[in-house]
Amino acid sequence: MNIVVCIKQVPETTSVKINKDTNTLMREGVKSIINPFDMYAIEEGLRIKEKFGGRVSAVSMGPPQAEEALREAVSYGVDDAFLLSDRAFAGADTLATSRTLSKGIKKIGDFNLIICGKQAIDGDTAQVGPGIAEKLDIPFVAFVRKIREIGNRSIKVERMMDDGYDVMEITLPSLITVVKEINEPRMPSLRGKMKSKSIDIPTWGLADLEIGEDKVGLKGSATQVIKVFTPKRGGRREMLEGSVETQVGLLINRLNDLKVV
Amino acid sequence: MDYFLTENQMMIKELARQIADQRIMPVRAELDEKEEFPWEIIKVLADSDLMGLCYPEEYGGLGGGTFENCLAVEEISRACIGVSVCYAGSGLGAYPILLFGSEEHKKKYIPDIAGGRKLAAFGLTEANAGSDASGIQTTAVLDENEYIINGTKQWITGGGEAEIYTVIVMTDKTRGSRGASALIVEKGTPGFTFGKKEKKMGIRASATTELIFSNCRVPKENLIGREGMGFVVAMRVLDRTRPGIGAQAIGLCQGALDAAVSYARERRQFGKPIISFQAVQHILADMATQTEAARALVYSACRFIDSGAKDISKVSAMAKVFSSDVAMKVTVDAVQVLGGYGYMRDYPVEKMMRDAKILQIYEGTNQIQRNVIGQELIKEYAGKKEKK
Repeated sequence: MNIVVCIKQVPETTSVKINKDTNTLMREGVKSIINPFDMYAIEEGLRIKEKFGGRVSAVSMGPPQAEEALREAVSYGVDDAFLLSDRAFAGADTLATSRTLSKGIKKIGDFNLIICGKQAIDGDTAQVGPGIAEKLDIPFVAFVRKIREIGNRSIKVERMMDDGYDVMEITLPSLITVVKEINEPRMPSLRGKMKSKSIDIPTWGLADLEIGEDKVGLKGSATQVIKVFTPKRGGRREMLEGSVETQVGLLINRLNDLKVV
Repeated sequence: MDYFLTENQMMIKELARQIADQRIMPVRAELDEKEEFPWEIIKVLADSDLMGLCYPEEYGGLGGGTFENCLAVEEISRACIGVSVCYAGSGLGAYPILLFGSEEHKKKYIPDIAGGRKLAAFGLTEANAGSDASGIQTTAVLDENEYIINGTKQWITGGGEAEIYTVIVMTDKTRGSRGASALIVEKGTPGFTFGKKEKKMGIRASATTELIFSNCRVPKENLIGREGMGFVVAMRVLDRTRPGIGAQAIGLCQGALDAAVSYARERRQFGKPIISFQAVQHILADMATQTEAARALVYSACRFIDSGAKDISKVSAMAKVFSSDVAMKVTVDAVQVLGGYGYMRDYPVEKMMRDAKILQIYEGTNQIQRNVIGQELIKEYAGKKEKK
C-alpha cells in the first residue's frame, strides 16, 4: 500500500495576531506548524503502512521553509518527502494548488491512497483535497472519521456528517480527507527525528512538474480573495409538502420563480 | 545555560520535553491520586525510542550513555517523578545484565527492554537489609542445574509490572556480603509472586511491591557473573545509576521553579504581582541558583562516567546527594511561594514536595552517599600521602 499524504505548513493560530488596519494575519515571528488536521492524515497513513506494508510519502506545496514541515513529518515515521516550491506557485487559490499538488503526486509515482487533512486552519476551504482527486480523476470521500476496511481494490470508510455518518466504499486508487475523530496522532520517535535531520528532500519547481505557468500560482487561480468576513446567517425556509412527485413539481416552480435555475 | 549538548542530545531533550508536556502534565495529578501505573505513557516513551537510549545498538538500543538517559529522565521528571521512576527503574533492572551479564543474557533480555516491550526491575532491599546489603536473607541454593530461591525482597520499584528482575541473593551465607550473587528471574516463574503494593507518600504513579520467592527455581545460567559477585554487581550498578536520581531531582526542581515563578508573576497582593517583592525574588533566586548548580554537577558526573572513567563512586554519589537535597529544599520553597494555594492539591507543587522526599532516601540514603564520598576521600588522601 503506497500512500501519499498532503501537508501544509501553517502559522500556529494560538499565537497569531490580526493587524487591525488591514485585517490580515501578522505572520512575523509566528511559529509555523504542520496543519493540525494533516497530523491526522499522517497518523492514518502510518497506521495503514504498519498494517499493510508499503510506503508513506509526504508532499507539500509552499515556500522553501515548508521543508521544515516535511522534515517534521519524517520525524513521525514518513518514509520520504517532496517539496513543491517555485515563485510561480505563489498566490495560488485552491484550484491552482490542487493542480500543482496533483502533478507533484503523479511525479512521486504509484500510489494507492492519498490522504489529506479535512482543511487547513489558515484558509479553512476544505477544497484542495477534493480538488486533487478531481485533477487526478480518482474517487474521493471527504471528512472520513474511520477506515473500516481496506481491500485490494477498494476502501470502505465512514464519512462524518452533522447528524451521524455515512458508510461509503470507493475503488482504489482514491483520496480521502480526514477529521480529527479518526485517530490520535503519535509522538515523533528519536530514530525518526535523526532521519529527519539528514533526509534529502527534493524540491520540484515549475520545470519539474510539466505544467504551464498559466495553470499555477496567481495566474492559474480562478478565484481571488477580495474581502474576508463572517457571513450573516440569513435566508428564509419553506417546507414543501405532498407526495414526492408533487414536491418535485413545486420545487422546480419555486426555483424557476427565484431565477436560480 | 548552554551546556554544549550534541545535536542528538538536544533532540532527546526536545522529544522527552514534548512527551512530558503533552502526555504527562495533563494526567500527573490523576496518576498520583489513583496510584495508577502509567502504562500508556511507558508505551509512548517506548514508541518514541526513549526506552532504549543507554543500550548498545547491537541490542536494539540507541547507543547512548548515562548522559543521554539522564537528559530524558530530567525532562520527564519536570512533569512527574512518579512517571520518571517507572521509566528509569527499568534501566536500573537492566544494568546488572548490561554491565556483568553474558552475551547470551544480553541477547536474550536487552532488546525487549531497549524496545520498551518489557520492563526490568532491580531487587536488592529486604526488610532487614537496606543500607546494610550484607544483611540479605534471601537465599539461592544450587540444585544440579537450577538455583532454588527463597525469601522476600521489599520495596521493589516496578514490582508486579516489570517482566525481568535482577535480584541479589545469598548463595553462601557464611561469607557475608561476599556470599551474595545476582540472578535473573522472569515474571511468571513458578514460586515467584508479588506481595502487597505499598501505599506511598509520593511517586504514587510508580509501583512498589514485595517480591516473594518460595522454592522458586531458575536455571543456573541465570546467574549474572560468578557466585559471590552480587555485592560488587549491585555497587557498580548503583554507581552508574545514581546520577539518574540527580536527573530526577533537577527535573523536579525545574518543574517547581517554573510553577513558582509563573504563580508569582500572576498573584497580586498589595496591588502588585508578588514577584515584584524582594522577599519573594530572593526565594526564587535561591531556587534557580541551586537548581542550576545541581544541574551542572549532574551533567558533569554523567560526562565523567560516559568518558569511561573507573573511579566514579564519589562523583556519582555527589551528584545524587547534592541534587536530591536541593530538590527537597526547592520544592518546599515552591510551596511557600504559592502559600495557601501551594498546600492545596489543585496546584502541582504539594505533590512535588511529597515526591521530592524519596530522592533523599532511595538508591542509598543521602547519609550512605556521604559515607561513600567520605570513604573515597580517605582513599584519595591516603594515596596522596604514599606518593610523597
